Amino acid sequence: MTKQFRILYKVCIILLAVIAAMALGAVILVAIGADVFKTYAVILFEPLKNIGLLSEVFIRMIPLTIIALGIAVAYRSGIINIGAEGQMAIGILTTTAVALAMPNLPKPLLLPLVLIAGAAGGALWGAIPGILKAKLQVSELLSTVMLNYIAEQFYTFCLRKPMLDPAEMMNGSGTPQSMRLTKNIWLTRFVPGTRLHTGLFIAIAFAVLIYFMLWKTSFGYKMRASGSSARAARYGGINVPAFLIIAMLISGAFAGLAGAVEICGVHHRAIQGITSGYGFSGIVVALFGGLHPAGIIPAAFFFGLLLVGGNMTQNAVGVPANMVQVLQGVIILVIVATQMVLSNEYLMERVWRRFHKEEKA
Amino acid sequence: MNYIVTILTLAISSCVALLLASLGEMFNQRAGVFNLGCEGIMSMGAFLGMLVPYAVGRGGATPEICNVAGLLLATGVGALLGLFFGLIVVTFRAPQGIAGIGLQMFGVGTAGTLFRHFIGGTQSVPGISTPPIPLLSKIPFLGPIFFSQNIMVYLAFLFVPLAWYLLFKTPWGLKIRAVGTNPRAADSIGIPVNKIRYQSLALGGALAGLAGAYLSLCQAKMFSDSIVSGRGFIAVALVYFGHWQPVKIMWGALLFSLAQTFQTIIQSQGINFPYEFAVMLPYVLVIVVLAFDRESQRLGPTALGQPFDREIRT
Amino acid sequence: MDEKITSLRMEHITKRFPGVLASDDISLSVGDGEVLALVGENGAGKTTLMNILMGLYQQDEGKIFINGNEVKFHSPNDAFAHGLGMVHQQYMLVQNMTVLENIALGYQKAWKPFKLDLSMVRERITAISERYGLAVDPDAFIWQLSIGEQQRVELVKTLCLGARFLILDEPTSALTPQETDELILLLKKMTSELSIIFISHKLQEVTSLSDKITILRHGKVTFSGNTKDHTQKEIAALMTGHEVVMPQNTETSCDKQEALVIKDLDVKSDRGYLALQHLNLTIHSGEIVGLAGVSGNGQRELAEAINGLRKIESGTITFLGKEITGKSCREVIDAGMGYIPEDRNTEGIVPPFSMKENFILKDSSEKEFNKGIFLDNKKIVDYAEALRTEFDIRSPNINVAAGALSGGNIQKVILARELTRSPKFLLAVYPIRGLDLGAAQFIHEQLLKKRREGLGILLISEELDEILNMSDRVAVIFKGQIQKVLPRAEATRSKLGILMAGVKE
Repeated sequence: MTKQFRILYKVCIILLAVIAAMALGAVILVAIGADVFKTYAVILFEPLKNIGLLSEVFIRMIPLTIIALGIAVAYRSGIINIGAEGQMAIGILTTTAVALAMPNLPKPLLLPLVLIAGAAGGALWGAIPGILKAKLQVSELLSTVMLNYIAEQFYTFCLRKPMLDPAEMMNGSGTPQSMRLTKNIWLTRFVPGTRLHTGLFIAIAFAVLIYFMLWKTSFGYKMRASGSSARAARYGGINVPAFLIIAMLISGAFAGLAGAVEICGVHHRAIQGITSGYGFSGIVVALFGGLHPAGIIPAAFFFGLLLVGGNMTQNAVGVPANMVQVLQGVIILVIVATQMVLSNEYLMERVWRRFHKEEKA
Repeated sequence: MNYIVTILTLAISSCVALLLASLGEMFNQRAGVFNLGCEGIMSMGAFLGMLVPYAVGRGGATPEICNVAGLLLATGVGALLGLFFGLIVVTFRAPQGIAGIGLQMFGVGTAGTLFRHFIGGTQSVPGISTPPIPLLSKIPFLGPIFFSQNIMVYLAFLFVPLAWYLLFKTPWGLKIRAVGTNPRAADSIGIPVNKIRYQSLALGGALAGLAGAYLSLCQAKMFSDSIVSGRGFIAVALVYFGHWQPVKIMWGALLFSLAQTFQTIIQSQGINFPYEFAVMLPYVLVIVVLAFDRESQRLGPTALGQPFDREIRT
Repeated sequence: MDEKITSLRMEHITKRFPGVLASDDISLSVGDGEVLALVGENGAGKTTLMNILMGLYQQDEGKIFINGNEVKFHSPNDAFAHGLGMVHQQYMLVQNMTVLENIALGYQKAWKPFKLDLSMVRERITAISERYGLAVDPDAFIWQLSIGEQQRVELVKTLCLGARFLILDEPTSALTPQETDELILLLKKMTSELSIIFISHKLQEVTSLSDKITILRHGKVTFSGNTKDHTQKEIAALMTGHEVVMPQNTETSCDKQEALVIKDLDVKSDRGYLALQHLNLTIHSGEIVGLAGVSGNGQRELAEAINGLRKIESGTITFLGKEITGKSCREVIDAGMGYIPEDRNTEGIVPPFSMKENFILKDSSEKEFNKGIFLDNKKIVDYAEALRTEFDIRSPNINVAAGALSGGNIQKVILARELTRSPKFLLAVYPIRGLDLGAAQFIHEQLLKKRREGLGILLISEELDEILNMSDRVAVIFKGQIQKVLPRAEATRSKLGILMAGVKE
């Protein structure tokens, strides 16, 4: 088998996968009578048409990158973190709490403090499933999902009661949200006329950091070994349960940090719906990016595109915004299916032999 | 006293969705596959269940046949989604956890998209309700709880012994159990492992779809994005909790349903307790149960979660 | 189809797997009431060939004939329908079901549309048990049965499903020498009604049971003939391809210091019962102690307990004077313990990691491989290249995934890593299992070399040949206890066989 064949084979499989994904999405679009090509065009190209929309794509890219990095760290360490939604929510709460408690601290002090608080909140929430898996062998798939629902309720409660904006209480509208947070935590918006903020640089910095950590340190080596073969790692003297917990701490911290960055850069207060599916989108971004920082950054951009474009389809082509979730689900299904096909050597050999019948060994 | 009657009556009727979905998932897991996409199938089932009645009656009265059509549609599509999941995890041998999440997102997203397009808003349907059983329903205390329920409730609970018989007394059940515990042994004796897995996924999907339809037709009598709110995941956890046995799963479903009812009672009685904490209760319960039930890990189908490939040489 | 199978022929069978030609133009034939021994080293292609015969795999080329008619098997069901039955090396039984249910799984006559007719199955089992003298308890759960009893269930199952031709894959691999003799007698009796193919690499069985022998090497037939026409020595030579001289330990042992002292060790198995009961054993530096025993008598639990991978209920382990009971795996490794684990693919290497990364599995934090907080790639590469050369590991480069290497090379990677770390003791579990002769010779030579340099070695193995060749002293383990420790001079095959069966002198 030649190297060209291997590459050609893999490229073909990936192309087939992309077509399959779009076809599956198209099935739903046809069911609601929408123009398939126009819809995809809106989703993929509309947001690129002006600076304002493009900046919105970057804005979404920021939390997606950070969360996906955390999920990639966890996945490579052998634990699947579906709890990023909840971890982000708790991170937002801790960020808001610190900002509300110390509004007069100067920015160079308060901003890092708040970001750390966000990360800490997420880390705490992420540690729970980590410990449950390490000590009690509870499947993280179920525990993280449950914790998402629990965090969601807790979040609503906090916004409705202890953190409720006093102004809201007076007006009587009672919208669950905190009051506007001090300017001392605001991340600078560096592109005039847009909401694009310096959180972008934080995201990229962390991507580089994660790359070095996972592949260039012995700490990262041990994490990857634990994820690739927990048994062999254990026999090699690596404390696998400890690394599981550490992985979830990191993963949760990143989700919490993403929440903090969203507050400081975009919303400037805690409101309902900030997490809005970033936790789940983060999983898709991580997978799509091959669980590697170099892949996650472009993947995050692509999904930012999807999110912004997806919001526009209702007005442009009459396709509800839920379609984005459909596409995300389809992409996950296609990615995991293709992964196995790509790594199936036996199948590759059979296809090779089918096309080269003359060359009987 | 009235409280207890109300709580129990409500708990039994709201347990149906959990029970059906969980029994379906039991068949999946017994065959060695766990389907986290259950939530997504239930969403689709919820939407499809009310689609026909709504389309015909636009919120007004509809003939019974529409309700039945809705149920059948939900069940059928649920089975199809189960088979689709089989394509991904049995034929393509994808990792079941992540694939399940993909299916969940696909199901929830599709249900939401179709709903917004075809129905939209907060439309309700009359749904299914049946008159209480004469005489028996007049018995104090027991009457309202056991004999005034909707027909789907009785059917759901009847399915428990049926599921037990199917799993333990028929050849198909024997094959499912073998395939989930030692697929290699089943294969060596001529049992088509992958085919059996597809079949159990179809059954599991059908039940999940039916469970979803129950939510929209009988329980809430409407559809919304949050109608399933985690029941699909709880159903998967219930299978562990019930040690993959129908009767234990039934008790588990009742327990969790009770926890969920708690929240409704608090809100309706106007008790001054933050309702969010009551809503949290079932989810917390799942974690507590999973954490402390060490037994369940030992008892599970040994091959759960592992794709089967005859050509892999050990 | 209840007619007897008087002739079975496989002609020019060829089968390919990714990168491997498993079967290369193989032909064989078995006549009425004949026993054919299919012989060869691990990896020669014996199991693959039989799996083709049983319909589990499809051959790429070649034909199969039964009683003169060509047959095509697309699944095991086809094979069963033609009267073939196989008892696999790894028993194909569902542990948490009863014997009755396991047999019902294949007994299609009992499958009514909505009911499983278990009483019909029960009758059939009773009939077969009586006819062949194979008693089994239909209501016992498989996990309750011993290995020997499970094998009997497998035989009964195959016969209940209508087998008129038996295929047995390494039938005696988990039996004591005495149980082996019993089985051979049983099979001889059965030849009045059936023909048998059995796979083995054990000379004794081959010569005592078979009428014909076919020897496979690298997927090809290298010899085919009648057993009675050749001597044992000739057959041994034919089996391995040449006069084999495996490294032998001929040194005399002298008193050296105690390296590993195990006292009254109690360790639980995964199931919860005591796998080791008051086990006592002492190994000195500079000696090889071979631990003989049928697999499943506590060997795995002992190896794991020594390495800090399994909880020790009571008792002590002292390593070079210091107690290591209850210490973590990391601490035991740091104390100087070397370990070649039983399952090289899942315990010895991280298969997706490159060979180079696997060499530093236990030392990734060591100063010699790190520059500050970062891994020193240059040093790691140099280390890997040195090891690859010294241990003659065959691979295109050091970046190839360890899991893609052949079994022998994977074992060499593990050996290289363990020995180069300068351990103060080595625990080697089934080190040459499944390896070809070249790799096996190399590994034994390395072990003997280290012994000469003063390393104490505990060698756990199922192969009596390996134990007898390599050990200074031989200990026999049975049901978690050391029955006896014999010096090499006194350790004979028959003595060991009796001890392995649990008979105390």
